[in-house]
Amino acid sequence: MYTRIYFLRYPKETSDQPIIYQLVKQYDVEFNILKADIRPQRDGIMILELKGNKENVREALAYLKGLGVRAERLAAKIGRDERKCFQCGACTGICPVGALYVERPTMEVRFDPEKCTGCGLCVTGCPVRAMHVSFDQLPDEDVVTTV
Amino acid sequence: MSEFVVNKTYAEINARIKAGEAVVVTAEEMIDIVEKDGPVEAARKVDVVTTGTFSTMCSSGAFFNFGQTIPTIKAQKVWVNKVQAYAGLAAIDFYLGATEPAEDDPLNKVYPGEFRYGGGHIIEDLVAGKKVFLEAKAYPTDCYANRKCKREMTLADFPHALLCNPRNGYQNYNCAVNLSDKTVYTYMGTLKPKCRNANYCSAGQLSPLLNDPLYRTIGLGTRIFLGGGIGYVTWHGSQHNPAAPRGKNGVPLRPAGTMMVQGDLKQMSADWLRGVSIQGYGCSLAVGLGVPIPILNEEMARFTGVSDAEIFTQVVDYGHDYTNGIARTYGEVSYAQLKSGTIEVAGKKVPTAPLSSYVKAVEIAELLKKRILEGSFLLAEPVASFPTVDFSFDK
Ligand code: SF4
Ligand code: SF4
Repeated sequence: MYTRIYFLRYPKETSDQPIIYQLVKQYDVEFNILKADIRPQRDGIMILELKGNKENVREALAYLKGLGVRAERLAAKIGRDERKCFQCGACTGICPVGALYVERPTMEVRFDPEKCTGCGLCVTGCPVRAMHVSFDQLPDEDVVTTV
Repeated sequence: MSEFVVNKTYAEINARIKAGEAVVVTAEEMIDIVEKDGPVEAARKVDVVTTGTFSTMCSSGAFFNFGQTIPTIKAQKVWVNKVQAYAGLAAIDFYLGATEPAEDDPLNKVYPGEFRYGGGHIIEDLVAGKKVFLEAKAYPTDCYANRKCKREMTLADFPHALLCNPRNGYQNYNCAVNLSDKTVYTYMGTLKPKCRNANYCSAGQLSPLLNDPLYRTIGLGTRIFLGGGIGYVTWHGSQHNPAAPRGKNGVPLRPAGTMMVQGDLKQMSADWLRGVSIQGYGCSLAVGLGVPIPILNEEMARFTGVSDAEIFTQVVDYGHDYTNGIARTYGEVSYAQLKSGTIEVAGKKVPTAPLSSYVKAVEIAELLKKRILEGSFLLAEPVASFPTVDFSFDK
């Protein structure tokens, strides 16, 4: 599975078009909206995670480009505030890939950034908000530059 | 004549603590000692066993007195950082509950709600030394003429602040699963549909009441570690149920006893009182609690020697049963199984996650041990016992 996160900036003419619907329908990509601010007749922004096979994700991006959407590739950076974390373990039941896991027999809760996909589920799942997500801009062959 | 071989009193144990001669071990260390030496020898050797637990305890809160204004005020409604407190007490007293969300919280309107800030967070902010904003409204009387009061305050500005938790330290708790076909967001955490995960919430072999299952030594007046400072057990907690079914070792097989605890908030610390936000459920407070158990005789040695493999709980469905008050169990599991990371429910392997911090529970038991060894923490003999049931190892 090919997963990429993009920061999209929509021109106002496209903000009322069913773009996401087309992505799913025509290009068969899964998506996950990480952040969105879109209002009718205004420029909109969205942080979108696209999943699918590599070709489809690329074609989906080309489609966005055709509509005048600017896209920059981002990498989600997940970190844990060690002072906040109280080692409860609640996140280990939430993390889908085992990036947060219990070390036995000490029952310490460990975070492995290598395994983390940046899905963000642990951010609101952690009762003391010790997990945080930020997005870094990445240079990428897939970047669709200004039209 | 005592029925026991070893007989020690609180006074004797305290004398040994003062003389720097007491033998103090954690409930984890006690397991091996009892297994190796047997309960009689262990009771001769060990004076105190320390326990600990650190997890969300919703039935928590604090009483405050905020000091008079001029002209004087009889506060009728009080908010701290926009979180409503209960002010139906004398003039400037109020109670702030841990689960009270901020008044402008969207709650579960945006499902599952985040519940970012509430009573528990205020308690944490106060013990962390942060300023809070207090607002009071009142109707005027001849003796209390003021109608409102707005103040920025730190914990030091409150003449009186008492942590007062009507139910803490649940003796055992359910293991939660979700058998429905949609994700549920509960006080037992996020539970995936069709039993794809199981959450549990107890320190098991380190948990205070699991080491004194019949409440022989934990009672009214027991001095404890509470939120980093010193606190007291002041009553049995709400929902205290000694009649719950028990195993041969006297340990309840489902939620049973509870403690009401109190302590001066001003000597507590934000390391051991943490505001929590449980997605889709609400705000609360994580409380660090530790109870010293005097080894008065071999029976207490046997009780405190209990290990995770000998403590069991029930698997309960939070997708349907819990909400509908259906008391049904999907099996009995031990804490050793729960802590291993996988249990079996209806023949299917289910991954488990703890909600109670075992790492912090160990830290509390160690801290308490250190304080007793230093002589800065003495045991207090209870003045009255919790309601309990008959039990003897021989029967
Ligand atoms: S849920 Fe939060 S506090 Fe608990 S172990 Fe995970 S990161 Fe730490
Ligand atoms: S962001 Fe997702 S993958 Fe990464 S640690 Fe959190 S839950 Fe796991």
